Amino acid sequence: MNGWLLARILRAPGDAAALDAAGWTALIAIARAEQMIGTLAWRLEGTPMPPAVARILADARASAEHGRTLALWEAEAARRALASLGIPVVLLKGTAFVAAGLMAGQGRSIGDLDILVPRASLQAVERALLTNGWEWVKPDAYDDAYYRRWMHELPPLVHRERDRMIDVHHTILPLTARITPDAAGLLAEAVPLRAGEKGGLAMLSRTDVIVHAAAHLFADGELAGGLRNLWDVHCLVEEFGVVGLIERAEHHGLGDAVGRALRLAAALYGDGATLSPGDRLCLHRVTARDGWGRATRPVTRLGFYIRSHWLRMPPAMLARHLWIKWRKQGAA
Amino acid sequence: MYSAAPADTLRIVPLDAFTAIYHRASGITHLVASPVPEILAALGPDGMTLPALTARLVERYDLLDADGAALRARLDELVAAGLARIA
Amino acid sequence: MRHVFSVRVGPVGFRVGSHWRTPIRQLATLYADYPRPENGVPDFTVRLFAHRPWRRVIRPAVMIGGDFMIPDAAPLPLAQGLLAAEMAMNLQMALGQRRYLLLHASAVERDGRVLLMTGESGSGKSTLAALLSRAGWRLMGDEFALIDPATGLAHAFPRLVSLKNEAIAAVEAAAPGARFGPLLEGTPKGAIRHLVPDAAAVATMDMPGRPALLLFPRFGFAPDIRAVAPGEVLMRLTQASTNYVAMGERGFTALTGLVRSVPARAIDYPDTDRALAQVAALWDAL
Repeated sequence: MNGWLLARILRAPGDAAALDAAGWTALIAIARAEQMIGTLAWRLEGTPMPPAVARILADARASAEHGRTLALWEAEAARRALASLGIPVVLLKGTAFVAAGLMAGQGRSIGDLDILVPRASLQAVERALLTNGWEWVKPDAYDDAYYRRWMHELPPLVHRERDRMIDVHHTILPLTARITPDAAGLLAEAVPLRAGEKGGLAMLSRTDVIVHAAAHLFADGELAGGLRNLWDVHCLVEEFGVVGLIERAEHHGLGDAVGRALRLAAALYGDGATLSPGDRLCLHRVTARDGWGRATRPVTRLGFYIRSHWLRMPPAMLARHLWIKWRKQGAA
Repeated sequence: MYSAAPADTLRIVPLDAFTAIYHRASGITHLVASPVPEILAALGPDGMTLPALTARLVERYDLLDADGAALRARLDELVAAGLARIA
Repeated sequence: MRHVFSVRVGPVGFRVGSHWRTPIRQLATLYADYPRPENGVPDFTVRLFAHRPWRRVIRPAVMIGGDFMIPDAAPLPLAQGLLAAEMAMNLQMALGQRRYLLLHASAVERDGRVLLMTGESGSGKSTLAALLSRAGWRLMGDEFALIDPATGLAHAFPRLVSLKNEAIAAVEAAAPGARFGPLLEGTPKGAIRHLVPDAAAVATMDMPGRPALLLFPRFGFAPDIRAVAPGEVLMRLTQASTNYVAMGERGFTALTGLVRSVPARAIDYPDTDRALAQVAALWDAL
């Protein structure tokens, strides 16, 4: 039992009919651990299953539906707070998927609100949010300076009444990464979520949204949550196709990442792909989960942790970062 | 001009001095006291101006102390919560 | 995981996996009369594990995990492994339950009507429920009451009753024939001993009941009974529910339905005899 079980059922929901009690139990534990139980529930709706499973998945659908409501309201609150600035506000990730009614958003669990704004407007955005009920999560000098200097976002803010986080990005990779996507291009090509609405919310173009999902997977996410991110990629490709995608990815310097994401998504959820040894290692890593929902293969995990930081930071800075993080953990 | 959130987005359950309101758009429960339910009922989805609202509250609910500044503060809270909007 | 135990408590199935045999054996003994999860598929998975491989044997410390986890939960010594399992099952309910509105309350039933008692730890709701269950009431649960938003009915969740400190001796004296778990000394909440619900409570656990009275007991005060207005009840019950917000509109339906249909009283009591008399008087006056 591992992550392939979940991938197989998402790819071919009909296969679930052959599961026995142990199979269903493992599938549910894995889907919960990958934060994909809502996606699974949506995918299996209407297929035959034992009553106990049907109840669990009905709960998961209701839960995802409520999560969708909260995510859309949070986006609306941000829209109202930022409306007077007259800048483009682009929804990213899960909130964008549900706002646009995409397949990738069906049943998806959504955490923080992620938005993309022009870098020149960061301070104005910060001020507007602070005067509309958001506040800093933690006033920690090091993390704060680190975020502002090197990350691609403001330090996270949380709304004091609704207790929901917002991450304000000005590009889709940290500035420390050696790859620098065309942030102005992301904003310029963004499409309004409601046609013709001025000053409303937008989402990335149909190619950029896939480029972002791939960049998120390899550079930002340490491959954690890989099954879910690759499901996003799979669904986006299903709906938007790949016309012009590789060219656009190369424009952002992310051709390799997007190419790999497409192969991995096809191997897990689609018609398969020709895989390189590196691809196989990635698949090994994203499916590392046992029937109890536990992460397995810790050696592969550590390798990826160092690798992902290596991609993001020059070595001297990496050493400094890990040292400060380590000292802070020791002091706590 | 102020208007209440669309009626199908609100579930209003009077309890005693308090009224529970579930706001479907935000998923948030509000426990409110008079004159908030009266304000929402008076505004309706079509909305009205502040002076008109004051007059309506006095006439229909006998809220004689409905002064403009206090009412505006309540309305601003309702707008911030999403229960009312500035039309 | 090497050692596994599965059980159904009321409408909720659990699977508990453990690195150690002892907690699983204790669960199997204490929950011996309970059924297995329906269709063999549990609602929740619980894991008891060692933080580092060698901590299975050297000063073994039980970490709590499962479908739903809180980061940085402190481990418990292996001698308290049963408590760890019970806490882990509670955690799954508190964080993951989405079918029923969960009230942090004990529940007992008589003639199909349910008495709910809610309060902080130390209010005596577990002790009162245990004592009432020895006096003609059916024990439905001492930790969580499950309210079905569709029907407004309370569903039983008769887990082991967790007795703390002075309550242990009080219930042992009142229920000489009852079965108990091991006495766990020096837990984060003092001494704890688990009481096995009586056979009738287990046999009838699939039978829901209509909530009829809601009490907010407070132990250690001069006797007093006062009515609690619906608005205040709603506010206090949202605090006493771990999943009210996550339930969305169904939570609102369940809670406003309960608040509008069931009378609520705050009762202060200096000793359990007095509390039982107060309960009897309020129940007879319904």
